[in-house]
Amino acid sequence: MSLLNVKNLSLSIGSFQILHDVSIDVLPGEIVAITGESGSGKSLTALAVMGLLPYGSVMKGSIWLEEKNILTTSEHDLCSMRGRAMGMVFQEPMTALNPVKTIGNQVAETIIIHERVTKFEANKRAADMLQRVGLTVDPSRYPHELSGGQRQRVVIAMAIALRPKLLIADEPTTALDVTTQARILELLKDLVADFDMGLLIITHDLAVVAEIADKIVVMQNGCIVEAAKTQELLHNIRHPYTKALFNASTHRVILPKYIPSSPLLSVESVARTYNLPRKSVFGSRPKFQALDGVSFHISQGERVGLVGESGCGKSTLTRAILGLEEVQRGQIMLDGQSVFSEKKPNLEVRRKMQVVFQDPYGSFNPRHRVDRLIAEPLHVLENTPIGKDRDLAISKALEDVGLSAVDSKKYIHEFSGGQRQRIAIARALIIEPELIIFDEAVSALDVSVRAQVLDLIADLCRKRPLAYLFISHDLSVVRTVTDRVMVMQLGQIIEQGQTEQVFSNPQHTYTQSLIAAAPTLPEVTYAIETV
Amino acid sequence: MKPGLIIGSFLSIIFIGLAFFSFIWIPYDIEALEISNKLKNPNLNHWLGTDHFGRDILSMIMMGARTSIAVALLAVGIGVVIGVPLGLFSAARRGSFIDEVIMRGNDLIFAFPSLVIAILITAVFGPSAVNAIVAIGIFNIPVFARLTRAAALPLWERDFILSARVCGKSEVRISIEHILPNITNLMIVQGTIQFSLGILAEASLSYIGLGAQPPTASWGRMLADAQTLVSIAPHVALVPGLAILLMVLGLNLMGDGLRDLFDPRIKGDRT
Repeated sequence: MSLLNVKNLSLSIGSFQILHDVSIDVLPGEIVAITGESGSGKSLTALAVMGLLPYGSVMKGSIWLEEKNILTTSEHDLCSMRGRAMGMVFQEPMTALNPVKTIGNQVAETIIIHERVTKFEANKRAADMLQRVGLTVDPSRYPHELSGGQRQRVVIAMAIALRPKLLIADEPTTALDVTTQARILELLKDLVADFDMGLLIITHDLAVVAEIADKIVVMQNGCIVEAAKTQELLHNIRHPYTKALFNASTHRVILPKYIPSSPLLSVESVARTYNLPRKSVFGSRPKFQALDGVSFHISQGERVGLVGESGCGKSTLTRAILGLEEVQRGQIMLDGQSVFSEKKPNLEVRRKMQVVFQDPYGSFNPRHRVDRLIAEPLHVLENTPIGKDRDLAISKALEDVGLSAVDSKKYIHEFSGGQRQRIAIARALIIEPELIIFDEAVSALDVSVRAQVLDLIADLCRKRPLAYLFISHDLSVVRTVTDRVMVMQLGQIIEQGQTEQVFSNPQHTYTQSLIAAAPTLPEVTYAIETV
Repeated sequence: MKPGLIIGSFLSIIFIGLAFFSFIWIPYDIEALEISNKLKNPNLNHWLGTDHFGRDILSMIMMGARTSIAVALLAVGIGVVIGVPLGLFSAARRGSFIDEVIMRGNDLIFAFPSLVIAILITAVFGPSAVNAIVAIGIFNIPVFARLTRAAALPLWERDFILSARVCGKSEVRISIEHILPNITNLMIVQGTIQFSLGILAEASLSYIGLGAQPPTASWGRMLADAQTLVSIAPHVALVPGLAILLMVLGLNLMGDGLRDLFDPRIKGDRT
């Protein structure tokens, strides 16, 4: 007898059909993973099960949670079911908690809403539940005092406080570091076995799916293209889309050989501290050491990776190298010139360095057209091209990244995430810089798009010598696109060396734990008919 | 489109249209007194009646609209021209001493009751339309400076600003090329609302005789002149009162409607 039975669910909003005949079965104590790229309808499927669809959705089919059909249950009854019969864990632990309530109270609240218990008892049960999810801090703490992983544990505690039969987790580990992710996945697995709960987990990360799920459901454009038991699916992938997904996830690019050459960027024992707010009125301000004696070099045409978990100082280092922020000690030189130049930008340095940011949606001014966006760096050149030359430079930059010249008159919102990241690269390339900083440049992209962008980067390297610093938390990506890698922890570079060497034979214990925690895709085999 | 925006725009356009039309033609010369024809009720010759000097009220309203709109518009202009650059500058140098000075200066102006100070200024420098403009305009500066700074601050943290900085653009250039276009809609909304407040302030100042001086017509003065005659000829007070009400109401509705129109979040909820 299945716990959750979604049968031929179709969903349309307005005249647009989003889900087509989706059927999913979840048994008690079973972990079912829905995977797919953005826009595949995986999150909406989860929201449909919770009865939380946006206003105006029209549904066909049925969703049975034990004896109840969610689609025909009234909102009032659904309210009493949410939290009690089914719980949900969201992606972003930073925004899923109320910042002005203690974590103990937030967990207790769920209990008080559904059961007639005294406040004292609810608090006691909340404290027990927090302990159960592995949280060692006091329940009287506030969310801002906790780390991302701890907060996600609180969110999980809220979701399972009443021991629901079904837990839905929408990208529960996407916002977390790899080591934290491994621990949260462990916890979820443990809870499922312990409570005999059904877990419907939604994630785009195939390595996570392969590691945790009993059953895998692959979705594309609102349809289920393949669904099977994990081992069966991994050893006998039938659908070409599933195959493409797995291929893209393990995508490797071939970089041209790096020929050792003269140094380009030199970072010499750089340190940066931030002042934290005072703890008491007259107390001295505590300091946070974001960068602590960081030194490294990047040579011309060299591809260097930088990995580390959140809070390790990656962003501070990026801003310092870009010359956006002053460092307190040490020096950052690009081709013999300091990158930081007070208020007046040093165009000499600006000509040689560009950046591509993570968020393909935030890195463009929404009110400018593509040609103006791409042409932005042009003014640092000694003789800025105008008129025909400018148009020529723009269309060349667009064609270099696989777009066409006609795109230059469009606005940025007309492009998809992957296309935007191409445009960002076009903007960085237009002045032919010697160094590009990729700051988590492919982290927000779907696997197939990510593979294309990585190919593009490798392609550009083949066309002309290009040095870059590739900053990412994703070890598998860094492994394929860099010659050398640096590992950062607590503001220090604790290990650096040839990429292959570091990955296959890590020296520092932290590097070892990072590599061990990163979920890896198992070997997969494809069914004959897909070839 | 919301009905509020349509009604608001319609009302505002009517009054602004009347003001412009008054340059071409008005029914009667408002400086020609005709005491024998005083306090006439609305009739075919005088659509809105006549006042205690026998002047045509419709003509007075048209000329008064001109005064009100000119004073309020110029006052908003002062606010925008000085306030927006101050706010942009403050945001560009956020956290610095100069930012602190500008924003605390704003607080200082905010701390004074605007109308009382406007009365003080016009009383000291003499009542005139120009002084009214300056007095109302000064209090528009901190409104725009603060709004600009508040809207610009989060923009400065966005990636597209960072990449503009990486491209070596100066703060001034970034403020003009990137920040300003992204806050224009906010400024239009606030401008509309300040415009309506300006009309009210002008009416208040001329009501107590510190605004535009006779023979220039103004709605506030018409209201003041009519207050002793309310029991004899109510239309003399009613017409300018209604004019102020409808104009301010129209501008406010329009401001609200524009805000909804520009705000994608609210738009999303409606559809």
